[in-house]
Amino acid sequence: MIPELGHFALILALAVALVQGVVPAWGAHRGRTGWMALAVPSAYLQLLFVALAFFALMYAFVTSDFTVVNVVRNSHTAKPLIYKITGVWGNHEGSMLLWVLILAVFGAAVAAFGRNLPPSLRARVLAVQAWIATGFLTFSLFTSNPFMRVFPPPFDGRDLNPLLQDMGLALHPPMLYMGYVGFSIAFSFAIAALLEGRVDAAWARWVRPWTLAAWCFLTGGIALGAWWAYYELGWGGWWFWDPVENVSFMPWLMGTALLHSAIVVEKRDALKAWTILLAILTFSLSLIGTFIVRSGLLSSVHAFATDPERGFFILILLSITIGGSLLLFALRAPALKAGGLFAPVSREGALVLNNLLLSVACATVFLGTLYPLFLEAFTGAKISIGPPFYSKTFAPVMAPLVAAMALGPFLHWKRSDLMGVLGRLKLAFAAAAAAVLLALYLQGGPVLALIAMGLAAWLFLGALLEWAGRIKLFQTSPGDSLRRARRLPRAAHGMTLAHAGLAIAIAGMTASGAWKEEAVRVMRPGEQLQLAGYTYTFDGVQEFDVDPRKGWNYTSTMATFTVTRNGRLVARLTPEKRLYPVQNMPTTEAGIHTTGLADLYTVIGDSDGKGGWTVRIFHEPLLPWIWAGALIMVLGGMVSLSDRRLRVGAPTRRRKAPLGAAAARA
Amino acid sequence: MAAESPASKLPQRLLYLVPVLIFAVIASYFLWGLNPERDPRAVPSVMIDKPVPEFDLPPIEGMAGPGLGSADLRTGEVTLVNFFASWCLPCRAEHKFLTMLAEKMGVRLVGINYKNKALEARTWLAELGNPYQAIGADVNGRVGIDWGVYGLPETFIVDGTGRIRYRHVGAVDAYVMTEVILPLVRELSR
Repeated sequence: MIPELGHFALILALAVALVQGVVPAWGAHRGRTGWMALAVPSAYLQLLFVALAFFALMYAFVTSDFTVVNVVRNSHTAKPLIYKITGVWGNHEGSMLLWVLILAVFGAAVAAFGRNLPPSLRARVLAVQAWIATGFLTFSLFTSNPFMRVFPPPFDGRDLNPLLQDMGLALHPPMLYMGYVGFSIAFSFAIAALLEGRVDAAWARWVRPWTLAAWCFLTGGIALGAWWAYYELGWGGWWFWDPVENVSFMPWLMGTALLHSAIVVEKRDALKAWTILLAILTFSLSLIGTFIVRSGLLSSVHAFATDPERGFFILILLSITIGGSLLLFALRAPALKAGGLFAPVSREGALVLNNLLLSVACATVFLGTLYPLFLEAFTGAKISIGPPFYSKTFAPVMAPLVAAMALGPFLHWKRSDLMGVLGRLKLAFAAAAAAVLLALYLQGGPVLALIAMGLAAWLFLGALLEWAGRIKLFQTSPGDSLRRARRLPRAAHGMTLAHAGLAIAIAGMTASGAWKEEAVRVMRPGEQLQLAGYTYTFDGVQEFDVDPRKGWNYTSTMATFTVTRNGRLVARLTPEKRLYPVQNMPTTEAGIHTTGLADLYTVIGDSDGKGGWTVRIFHEPLLPWIWAGALIMVLGGMVSLSDRRLRVGAPTRRRKAPLGAAAARA
Repeated sequence: MAAESPASKLPQRLLYLVPVLIFAVIASYFLWGLNPERDPRAVPSVMIDKPVPEFDLPPIEGMAGPGLGSADLRTGEVTLVNFFASWCLPCRAEHKFLTMLAEKMGVRLVGINYKNKALEARTWLAELGNPYQAIGADVNGRVGIDWGVYGLPETFIVDGTGRIRYRHVGAVDAYVMTEVILPLVRELSR
């Protein structure tokens, strides 16, 4: 009964989306207020219906309703409740439903917070949102119905893939989707602007908070996915340039570019067509990211089950959305009035450079991901592209980007003086040199890693110096600095945090990649191993059986390591090897201790049958900085989001705020 | 950004068409890629029922064993040839099933370690166990190219005379193991 209600709710949501897609858009075209106003209640109604469908599916999972095919395939009565809930989106059909739900939430948010938008723009934005929803709901209902029944119902389900029975991966898809879907708002605004034929500073101001929110979620989502791979896969790595990782990274690169180019539109009334194009491309890449793993085009570990019929439907959907919007762009964008010329050395010049480099970086990843397909089409040769390609192509693009990133915020709008700025960055130069020397002293080479460490220090100090310069830290009394800091727009604080966070993350990525130490051997209980100055004592192994009372739906082999340094206890690590009996599938749980400067990472392998166990121990210098850096970046985004200028729900004060902000910037 | 003059109007308009044209090209690749005839799980027809390409690979550096050559695939016994590497995530997932095939079901399994550093490969095998009767190290991927390997893991079924009879692209799972590989191995062994 409940699954049928869910199914009907989904059908009703599609009907609402059709109305929301047609009536307000037509109203905006003909200038009819009543028709345009329909957009708001229908956005709410759509959220209601999609949420009903989503919770109906969740109900089926929680109550283990094995008359529903999807529940049979992805659940089991003995699974802990939390994974029954997260199992809802641990599969193709359910994750599509989650996608649509988040789309509806964003749509309703635009309806709720968009009271200060011109009515025609709001109507068009919500109509475009409804077009997207129509596509996805159709896809869901016709090819991926999550409410399909099965008769006779089996006695029990087949359980969720054990790799997905994990909190990191349970939260990863919702975060990622909030990022992907969040960019749909920027897309809808772009399409609406093309339809209206007008892009101005106000438009950029409306687009930025949504882009920023999506960017925060996507940053968090990608970091969460990398973190999961790090502790769950047990190889001590966190990023593998797998197609599925790449497709989430591309919208991030484009979204980051969009975030910056929207500033130019807002401040200088330029780069309009480019910004519109970026908004379209960012969401297009999000769509490709959602779909490519479901289409059977590229196969990957994380991919959902694929099906050629679905793939064809997906391609049509992509062609309409991406092709249609780019065609609209080709037709309407030339009419947008172009802004003035730029001086190369200026804030906007730096932002153009940022956009250029980010786009090239994104194109590199795109090419690497899809090149096997292109090559196969031409020559029939089938190849795979791995990390060496990316370290040769992606890193050289990122290096100048990071180098310029420290400079950009110092530059003035319109025209600036590069030598003057470089003069203010003396301390950052010193820090970069110190970082290089320190790394050289501690580790030696390789040269590229030394350069990357220097760049990270350069960027970190550059970001801090710019911030310190604005609040005149140490140039005036501390009280005055504090007052200035309080008056500084939140967006400025946010930028400093985000840039500094990236610097920290880069240091972590570089150090853990270049100077990782690793030991593998068979150890017997009581034996010791030295790695990077730490002594690991293998205390032995305990076996644990399935225990429903404790929520263990797996058997576990848990090893204990006592880690000491100079005779002092550092940590007790308990890496596990689990076996999930329903799917007869093993997983590893790494035992990790972080010192803040490095991760001590242990994995337990198989027994050699003679009392010894294969153990694998990694020393990962600065690895925790990756997560810290990502967190600081997200924090920076959120601080920036709380800036009054961008606050979506503050219509009355908005007019005054830009003046204040401009004054503070001047 | 560009200066506005009547002469530059048309080329400029064309410039705006570039994104949609690029997308059209990409989409047509996608369309081609979705063609049901192109099954990434199928052998290119030139390879099936052909003898295995000639090769002779050394063992993984630092490991005992004879290595692997095409002569080892003409022993009269049906053999599974599995391309694997420690950097390949699905290889890890299929390892259990390959082990089961080799140890519980008596299928002859040999491995080709593809574009892998010796230390990493040894570590991987030490951690997960080594179900392979023999392993050849294809360090530069040359042999993989001859076999038409396109993404790891790939598993070939070679009959007793050294002809490729089946190719499976992607991880071997419970279904592929019991419903595809085992029946075919049994049939070819008769």
